[in-house]
Amino acid sequence: MKSEPTVRAPGRPRLIQFARWFPVFVGILTASSSIFAEPPANSLIPSIFSPDSTPADHIYGLALFVLSITTVIFVVVFTLLLYATVKFRMRRSDDHREPPQVYGSNQIELAWTVIPVLIVVMLFLATARVIAQVQDADRSPDSIDVTAIGHQFWWEFRYPGLGVVTANELHIPVSDSVSPTPTFLKLLSADTDHSFWVPRLAGKTDLIPNRVNQMWIDPHHTGLYLGQCAQYCGTQHALMLLRVYVDSRSDFDAWVRSQSRSAVAVALTNADAAKGREIFEATSCINCHTVRGTVADGRFGPDLTHLMSRETIAAGAATNTPANLKLWIEDPDAIKPGSLMPAMRLTEQDLNSLTAYMETLR
Amino acid sequence: MASETLAIAPTGLSTRSLAERLHEWAVTVDHKRLGILYIGYALVFLVIGGVEATIMRVQLAVPNNHFVSPQVFNRMFTMHGTTMIFFVAMPILFGFSNYTVPLMIGARDMAFPRLNAFSFWLTAFGGLLLYFSFIGGFGLYGAGSAPDVGWFAYAPLTSKVFSLGHSTDFWTLGLLVSGFGSIGTAVNLVTTIVCLRCPGMTMHRMPLFAWMSLVMSGMVLFVISPLTAAQGMICIDRYLGAHFFDTQAGGSAVIWMHFFWIFGHPEVYVLVIPAFGFISEIVPVFSRKPIFGYPIMVAATVAIGFVSFSVWAHHMFTIGMNSYANSFFAITTMAVGIPTGIKIFNWLGTMWGGKIIFKTPMLFCLGFLFQFLIAGLTGIMLSAAPFDWQLSGSYFVIAHFHYVIVGGILFAIFAAFYYWFPKMSGKMLNETLGKWHFWLFVIGFHLTFDFMHIPGLLGMPRRIYTYEPGRGWEIWNKICSLGVFFQATAILIFVGNMAWSYWKGRDAGNDPWDAWTLEWSTTSPPPVYNFADIPSVYSRRPLWDLKHPEDPDWKYE
Repeated sequence: MKSEPTVRAPGRPRLIQFARWFPVFVGILTASSSIFAEPPANSLIPSIFSPDSTPADHIYGLALFVLSITTVIFVVVFTLLLYATVKFRMRRSDDHREPPQVYGSNQIELAWTVIPVLIVVMLFLATARVIAQVQDADRSPDSIDVTAIGHQFWWEFRYPGLGVVTANELHIPVSDSVSPTPTFLKLLSADTDHSFWVPRLAGKTDLIPNRVNQMWIDPHHTGLYLGQCAQYCGTQHALMLLRVYVDSRSDFDAWVRSQSRSAVAVALTNADAAKGREIFEATSCINCHTVRGTVADGRFGPDLTHLMSRETIAAGAATNTPANLKLWIEDPDAIKPGSLMPAMRLTEQDLNSLTAYMETLR
Repeated sequence: MASETLAIAPTGLSTRSLAERLHEWAVTVDHKRLGILYIGYALVFLVIGGVEATIMRVQLAVPNNHFVSPQVFNRMFTMHGTTMIFFVAMPILFGFSNYTVPLMIGARDMAFPRLNAFSFWLTAFGGLLLYFSFIGGFGLYGAGSAPDVGWFAYAPLTSKVFSLGHSTDFWTLGLLVSGFGSIGTAVNLVTTIVCLRCPGMTMHRMPLFAWMSLVMSGMVLFVISPLTAAQGMICIDRYLGAHFFDTQAGGSAVIWMHFFWIFGHPEVYVLVIPAFGFISEIVPVFSRKPIFGYPIMVAATVAIGFVSFSVWAHHMFTIGMNSYANSFFAITTMAVGIPTGIKIFNWLGTMWGGKIIFKTPMLFCLGFLFQFLIAGLTGIMLSAAPFDWQLSGSYFVIAHFHYVIVGGILFAIFAAFYYWFPKMSGKMLNETLGKWHFWLFVIGFHLTFDFMHIPGLLGMPRRIYTYEPGRGWEIWNKICSLGVFFQATAILIFVGNMAWSYWKGRDAGNDPWDAWTLEWSTTSPPPVYNFADIPSVYSRRPLWDLKHPEDPDWKYE
């Protein structure tokens, strides 16, 4: 028997059963999503669902839109699949006769082609709007410029015009609706591909050698925002961490003033530190590191002029304590295996002096 | 028939020595044996790739773990990705195509049997070359090295400056060589399907798996070529001083991305289209109904094939393309969802009103349907370019494509194993073990890959060998790692099931599933020549016509 290409209406009692369970299902979904949807405002969890900057806000809005559409599709198709699986299972009492052989139906095919097309059009319009909002945004005259340069495995930040060079810990001013001061980042790479990703501030953008990329962020609140390199860049990709400190305008100005100064000469009373400076300038340290105001002007490694103003060393791999600093100079691999900084094989005494010198770089 | 059996008996398998039998497998040009070789070879690599994945999951189970060094971890994810795509998924799908397509279309072998053997051995050699890097990367002195550039090997990590020794060369040459193998098999499948169909089997009556193999093979011809060219360029960069991708001498890292992803994205469809083919063969048989909307299924497959060539740069939304390029690749990517959705609905339509039999092959098909639905929907999320700026390169992407490849493709492959193993071996796979395999794998899969989406949303990037505590990632990573052990147990049961069933299993007979395509009309396993008489067909389901002479399909098509 060939039947006409019709689809039978689903049995009503079963449908009611489904309807009864549906709120429970939605409840579970909502509960589980709230676990990560709303962390506290000052959380260090870099969740894309707690945006605090215009590009991240736009993306969050689009994400909610896309998530709600896909959730509806999921619930509808999942229910249909589950219904078909349960309803049309072969029963034990089956007569083992073949079911009606249905070959297809052009009307139904048309329906489940046209509806997805409409959904795609809708999704695309929403997407294109956000692409334009983020990528083609007008640049406000009060914006801050920062050049971020990716290195294996640390970040160099240069503030052209402000005379500041720092590493791994980006300081930017807060940008509120009263005085918007967005930060525009010019992204470059010194070696391999990297990617700048601070989820609460913006989507990621890659830093690619021989290419100039850019992105912008305008954090609405002061505080610390965590991120890290999101494009595999070599052995220590994992510990190429990124910290963005959003300061109030006055704090930021003060920070710029202190960072743009050269290194203060080591006090003569601190003999240990003076010895450390001699060691620093007599070994190959200065090939890679800069300490402004001294002969050290290497650019392969992070600028150390104001090293002690940073909370972490080794691109966030360790906190900036004297003990960690000493261990780092003695054997970088102990903190960050695969780091490009060589172990200088210094004596214990020299290590102590060098660490003492580093501690004067405030 | 009786006299033929007698003529073969004196040289029958049982009377020959092991060496003779191995030699026979090594020099075979029979499409069935080559198919089994492909599948067996891929299974070995599946286990190896699985071990690599397990090492990574153990390392990531807790923050700041020191189970392996960063160097070893980076080699593991490079080898895992490369192995699973090039030496598991592709060979296993080629293996099934090789085995079943000639049988399904009523042919006695592939169009070019020697090319078939040559292609298999090239692929096999490519895999060995890749794994030789563990010994040869830095020579015996540095044994244990392997490429650590990631499976898409972004320039300039592959240049001499950043990749010392020969590990990258083994990666490059391994893929180059196996790529030629893939092209050979693709040419062979296209020719076979176009030229060797039995009388009466028009393109319009071809089983859907044959159609999907045709589309897949056509795509392979176009996608492997840019990959092969790019591998050649790396070799020239590394050894002849060219600067295609050498950014320090003015080369372009972005050009490599384009070369790789114009291969890499269609490659996903190269893998998933044959998986669609398995589903399209198995779901009808176990629903006792013909496929719903055959012509639409063919059209949707061809459409996916074409559209998939215009979406590659959605892997590159974060490289700083302008807003027009981002918009273009967003809409083409979303457009792929339309024919894919049509397929899911057609499988649903096939089940609707049928009588679904929950044998293991069908269980895996159902797993595929539910999971592929989710994989498709997370794909839609990723296609919204700004959303992708957050998700790209995070664990969300890892979860998404493992949902496609494991939850979709691998489930379809398992379905195919349980469905065609009786044809290949003459023995049924054990149903109880099959159900254990299914349920354990489902649990393990969902533990690992459902929860893997979450750290991605919380900012965890991929390819990091360790992470700091306190970012909300610990619990999810622990659950992901836990799932691995369920999956590994399931795989052990699967391998054990195959071994046990091969020696002790129930005899399958010619047609254990009461199916409708031509491979079920011959013996299990089929004779070397497949069919004593070349069959003639009159509809898409020739065996249905034979079994139901009162109600044949050809009256309705």
